[in-house]
Parts: sequence; structure tokens; C-alpha cells
Amino acid sequence: MTPALAVEGLTVGYAGAPVLDELALTVAPGEIVALLGANGAGKTTLLRALSGLTAPRAGRVLLDGADLTAVSVEDRARRGLAQVPEGRSVVTELTVDGNLHLGALWRHPGRAARRAAVARTYELFEPLGRRRASLGHQLSGGERQMLALGRALLARPRVLLLDEPSLGLAPRVVAQLLGVLRAAARDTGLTVLLAEQNVTSALSVADRGVVLSLGVVVADAPAAELAGDPALRHAYLGF
Amino acid sequence: MDRLVFLTATGLARGLVVALFALSLVIVWRAARLVNFAQAAVATVAVFAAFAVTGATGSFWAGLGAALLAGAALNAAVERGLMRRVPSGSPLPGMIVAIGLVMVLQSALGIAFGPRHRPMAAAFDERPLVVGGVPLLSPYDLFVLVVALVVVGLLAWLFNGTSLGLQLRASAAAPEVSRLLGVRVPRMVTLGWALSGAVAALAALLLVPTELGLNAHSADLLFVHAFTVAVLGGLDSPAGALVGGVAVGLLVSLVTGYLGAGVAPLAVLALLTLVLLVRPGGIFAVGEVRAA
Repeated sequence: MTPALAVEGLTVGYAGAPVLDELALTVAPGEIVALLGANGAGKTTLLRALSGLTAPRAGRVLLDGADLTAVSVEDRARRGLAQVPEGRSVVTELTVDGNLHLGALWRHPGRAARRAAVARTYELFEPLGRRRASLGHQLSGGERQMLALGRALLARPRVLLLDEPSLGLAPRVVAQLLGVLRAAARDTGLTVLLAEQNVTSALSVADRGVVLSLGVVVADAPAAELAGDPALRHAYLGF
Repeated sequence: MDRLVFLTATGLARGLVVALFALSLVIVWRAARLVNFAQAAVATVAVFAAFAVTGATGSFWAGLGAALLAGAALNAAVERGLMRRVPSGSPLPGMIVAIGLVMVLQSALGIAFGPRHRPMAAAFDERPLVVGGVPLLSPYDLFVLVVALVVVGLLAWLFNGTSLGLQLRASAAAPEVSRLLGVRVPRMVTLGWALSGAVAALAALLLVPTELGLNAHSADLLFVHAFTVAVLGGLDSPAGALVGGVAVGLLVSLVTGYLGAGVAPLAVLALLTLVLLVRPGGIFAVGEVRAA
């Protein structure tokens, strides 16, 4: 089966001090992969290279077998590669409703279809439904992360890249977000690459874990196996 | 009393045109975080295009269309050819490039059309209609009033009621996030400039026959008033541009009528100073000024 996402020989950064060093990775359709590693391991750089925000020095990224090297950030998004960047990815000058409509632009042609899709997102994330007319900068951290995730899901992506969605959030909110992800992967075949510092919760939702260290993959194993391997945890994850 | 009504009515029409020009500055500011000092020169070139086309075809409407197209095309070319290449870290380089562009465009107009004023007739009668013994607006003033209101309405609908407007606003506020959502941000920025050029051209064209006269510096005064308005209202606020434009239009009209034309520019500057003292971010500023 063609992987939903494939990375071949991806190198980012200067020669002699690469941030990513000929990195290779495949993610199967419908799979949730936790991307783990200490600060500076290259997780964010990998996600940015996948979405096209950072240009690699060498290597290729393939979405469903199609080479994305010459494809712009905008067109990668339209082809089904969605990224939720770390932290403030909400357009703070737009309302909750405006942000969600922005996510619905390409996959829901027509005003009525967009409105219906946005309404379904309000059912999925109830707190957002109560704040639809609020501006982005009036939201709490949890609401912002819900908005960013809901907006990304509205684009019905093939592959979703998430950077530290749990950062600064209450455990209850994290559990809710991860539950939505799990359901989306099960019900719609969404493929997820989840970069996380919060190893325990990431592995609890993932099928597989990939550990990065200094720009290379040092471990790639089923999530349950990684969670139960103390040597690996000590060496690369720091607990 | 009659005089007050007359001055208020004409001030309103004039103020809406100033508001239109200020809106054009706000559109560029929101798209590119830049005050386009070349906006007046671009608008003047567009009015000359209208002058040439109307002269050749005899149709005011063909000239109006030509002005809108010329303003849009010229501003799009300025963004693609110049502003996109200007370093965006500080506001100064963009400003200097814009001022350089003003000199180039005004010199080019001088070479092509000569330094003298050109006659440009208004599309409708300029004599005020008398209602119940009170002179009010002329048919041309009414035309200006209606066009300005319609364009303001269209702009509000475009930015707040359409998906294109949503993309324009998102690109201006958060370019990187917008790209990740599939919005073609560079195209939106160019589009914002083009739209702004067309609006500025329209504003200048409306005021040239009755007030500004046609030469290479026609729209300079309009720019000064509109810039004052944009600062008054806050460069980020379309509503502020609208209210500020009407306020400045009324002020200029009333001061000119009661105290003389020489005092009007002073009154505008006094108003600007007052607002900057009381609300430095503009009357409609919300919270802290967003960094570029």
C-alpha cells in the first residue's frame, strides 16, 4: 500500500550542522504516529519542511505517492496536507466563525455547505459554539487550540501535522483534543503526525512512535512497545 | 440657516470622497503594513487616463472605467515590481520607494501632458438644486454622494460578506497561517493593492472636475486630507476612515464657508493635533497597535 506520507533523505540546515540529516519516515493511511524527542531534536523543523514552510537542502516529501518538492505551501494545503503550528495559529483579528470558514474554503464549495460544515464543528467542540462571534484574541488557550484543530479538520485533510497541541493546556482539554483525533482517524481514515513533548499522552493515542534525536530517527516502534521500554525512555525522552 | 444646510450638504459629499481615498490607504495598510505615499500620484495618473479616454471617445463612463482599470493596474504593478522587493523589517524603505515613485510619476505626467491645468468637465450639472428656496446639492454632488455610498457599501460587503474578503483579511493579519490554510497570500496582497488603486482613482476622479483641477499634482491635497483622516480613524479601521472622512469634509466645508478657504487647512491640522494628543492610536483604535 502506498504510504499516506513518505519522507526520503530529507536534509535541512547547513552542511556540517544539519537540523535534519537524511531523514526517512513513512506513515500509513489512517495511522497516528507520535513524533517524539527532546527540544532541538528537529520535530518542528520536520513538520515545517513537510508543509513547505522550510525549504530542505535535499530529499523528497511524498503525499500519497506524489512528490511535493515543487509544490507551494498553499497547494500542499489544498491537496490535503494540513499543519497546525505550535502556539498561536489562530487568526486573532478574525472571529471564531471567520477562522472556521477560512478552514472550510476549499473542501466545502458554496456558502450553504460551508455554513453546515462549520455548524458540525460547533457540535464537535461545544465551547467554540458559545463563542462564535468572539475575536481570536479573546479566547483562552484551550479554546484557541480547539479552534486551530477544528479549523484544520474542516479542510478534510489527508494528513494532519500537529505541533505540540498539548502545550500549556489542562489535562482534561488535552484528553478531549486527542479523543477527537482518535475518532477522526478511526472514522475518516485521517493520517496524523503528532509532535509532542507530552510523551505519555501522545503514546496513549498513537499507533506508533518515532523518536528523533539530532535530526535522525533513533527509534521507530509500536506505541505500546515504546511506552514500555525504560532504556529508550531514559536515553531519548528524559524520564 | 440656509447657508448652514448648504455647507453641510456639500461637506457631506466632499467628506465621503475623502473617506473613499482614506479607505484606499487603509486597504493598503492592512494588506502590506505600509502607508502608500504614492497613492495620490497613482490616482492622478489614473485621472489622466480617464481624461485621455473621455477625450477620445466622448464618453464620461468609458473614462471612469479607464481610471479604475489604470489605478488598479498601476498599483498592482507597483506592488509586484517594487514593494514586494523592498525589505519589510522597517517602514522606512517602503516609504522612501513610494516617495521616489511620486517623483517619477509626476515627472512623467509633466512630460506627457505639460504643466498647465487641463479642463475637465463634470459629468452632470454643477449648479445647486434649489429646494423650497434653499440651495442644496447640485446634480453632480448627488452623483458623487451616491457613488461614494455605493462603493463604501460594496467594500464593506466584499471584506465582511465574501470568502474573497475573508482571505484578504486573513492574509493581512496572519500571512503564514493563511498560507497553511491554502490561501494564496501573495496574490491577495497584489489584489489588495489593485483594489486600493481603483478606489483612490475613483475618489480623485470624482473631485477633479469641481475642486482639484487636472494637473500632475491634482490629488496631492486629497492625499493630505485622506492621510489625516486615516490617522484620525486609525490606519487599521475602515469605519474610522469613513467617520473621519465625513468629519473632515464637514469641517473643511463649514470653516471655508464661514471663515474663508485659507483657514480650512489650519482647521484640519488643528483637528489632527487634538486627536493625536487625546487618542494617539486614532479614534477607533482598539487596544495596542499591532506590530508589523
